[in-house]
Amino acid sequence: MASTHPAGTNLSPEEARALRFEIEEFNTEYARILDEQDIDFWPDFFTADGFYRVTAKENHDEGLPVGLVWCDGRPMMQDRAAAVKTTMVHAPRYLRHYNSNVRVTGVDTDGTIHSESNYLVIETLMEQESRIFQAGLYIDQFVREDGVLRLKARDCIYDSLLIPNDMVYPV
Amino acid sequence: MPDTPFIDDGSNVPLSELRWPDDDLTRIPDWIYTSDEVFQRERERIFFGESWCFVALEAEIPEPGSFKRSYVGDVPVIVTRDEDGDIHVFENRCAHRGAEFCRALRGKAENFTCPYHQWMYDLKGKLMAVPFRRGDHGEGGMPKDFKLEDHNPKSLNVTTRHGVVFASFSESVESLEEYLGPENLEQFDVVFKGRKLKILGFYKNRLQGNWKLYHENLKDPYHATLLHVYLATFRLMVAGQKSAMICDESGRHSTMASAKDDNIEIGEETASQMKSAFREGMELNDPDFLNYVQEFDSPWTVTMQIIWPNLVVQRELNTLGIRHIVPRGPHALDMYWTMFGYEDDTPELERQRMKQGNLMGPSGYLGVDDNEAIKYLQDGFKHSHSQEGIVKLEPEKEGSTETLISEASVRALYRHYRQVMDI
Repeated sequence: MASTHPAGTNLSPEEARALRFEIEEFNTEYARILDEQDIDFWPDFFTADGFYRVTAKENHDEGLPVGLVWCDGRPMMQDRAAAVKTTMVHAPRYLRHYNSNVRVTGVDTDGTIHSESNYLVIETLMEQESRIFQAGLYIDQFVREDGVLRLKARDCIYDSLLIPNDMVYPV
Repeated sequence: MPDTPFIDDGSNVPLSELRWPDDDLTRIPDWIYTSDEVFQRERERIFFGESWCFVALEAEIPEPGSFKRSYVGDVPVIVTRDEDGDIHVFENRCAHRGAEFCRALRGKAENFTCPYHQWMYDLKGKLMAVPFRRGDHGEGGMPKDFKLEDHNPKSLNVTTRHGVVFASFSESVESLEEYLGPENLEQFDVVFKGRKLKILGFYKNRLQGNWKLYHENLKDPYHATLLHVYLATFRLMVAGQKSAMICDESGRHSTMASAKDDNIEIGEETASQMKSAFREGMELNDPDFLNYVQEFDSPWTVTMQIIWPNLVVQRELNTLGIRHIVPRGPHALDMYWTMFGYEDDTPELERQRMKQGNLMGPSGYLGVDDNEAIKYLQDGFKHSHSQEGIVKLEPEKEGSTETLISEASVRALYRHYRQVMDI
């Protein structure tokens, strides 16, 4: 590629590559926690004031605010984790999370890292074939706390408009 | 592939062999949820019969030329606003060969053209142009007596109330106001009268159950105190608090209403009856989550209204939404959600609506419970020997009630249903 900067970023290719690798490691661990349904740990991937939303692509495209899951701040995420674990009634299921195509799209002067990546969730109910549960795009903002990446915002934009039955766990 | 290979799922039960058990409304036979023939009769007599079906909110089609793809029963329709501001609903099916020609979810258009042979329809759903109608150089073309006006897509009867659009295949259906009855009209108006709606977003999910199970769910307050652990734990709905099931005279519509009481005591007896449906001592990390901003002229903090046959109006604290039921054969239904607020909402109130949106919907703290329960029910009907269920709570009543421990309004619905269906 002729340009010294990856498309749309203010980073050198080396910086972008290092960040991309770091984000891939982050997402690998994030996916492991969700695969294992260790939901208690899920809020820890976010900053205390972090934002998390899961919404349909049709809402994202029209700038509409709703989310299937809409959590502003870690306390709301902890309440969701507690609800999933304690109060929400649901049949057992296995979930497998796949993440790829991480693109670092820019870094702000305050150090906030913007990135996007694709995600895929395969769901298996005990009596059914495995199926693609959701395909979508993470639009992320990361910050560093004590050298460790945390999500300041993760917007999960799903293409799979017609959700099969329901979504118990965050993606 | 079918999810129950090699198992008879009840789809083939012939209508002619079916009898309601002993004419007894406290017993509901499995076959009303599984039979293809029952479903076909429901389409004809209920969705295409003397009913008003929800199709859109006016806020979704705000300007001349705005349109939305929608459904009456499972039949695709287009809802449009024409140049004069009038609303039209017509079948999304080309009069030529039957193509479902409008594919966009919503948008703006001057007209609709079926891509297959470029037949063109205006915003009122009238056929305007047929290419090569007179042939090419004197050859081919339509017969001389072909008239455009004889080939419009089927147009539906339309009515609106406070920004909500309903359609009917029937020309003889009563007015919407008569259809709803005074009790449910009053609850409907609490949400819609006098304030312009603002659309906040959409979602859709496919439930693995018969469409009537959704009606029953909202006419069954008994489950609310037991299935929904969240409701009891955070005192949103507990046996003993002020509540009502408000039915219309026909039994088909209802509103489940309750008033949140933060100070309600859950005594030992209630807690023991609730068994595992109550988590003592669980606290919210975000205590503002369940705050209710008083914005309605109503004693109820929650009303879940279900309007026969395809509309749910959700007012759960400050989260508001429409659920549009699209039946998909006997074994599934699609739920189309439109979440809304009002144009004069403050940013803080809109934020509270977004927060409380976590309660409902395909990933809601309460929504998931219902979706799972409906699947459990349908699985039972499909996989076991065909039998019947019982709805005997509060036997002295049928229809409206003030206790949560009742199935009186489920029985009222099935009296109406059996009459319309002649089963």
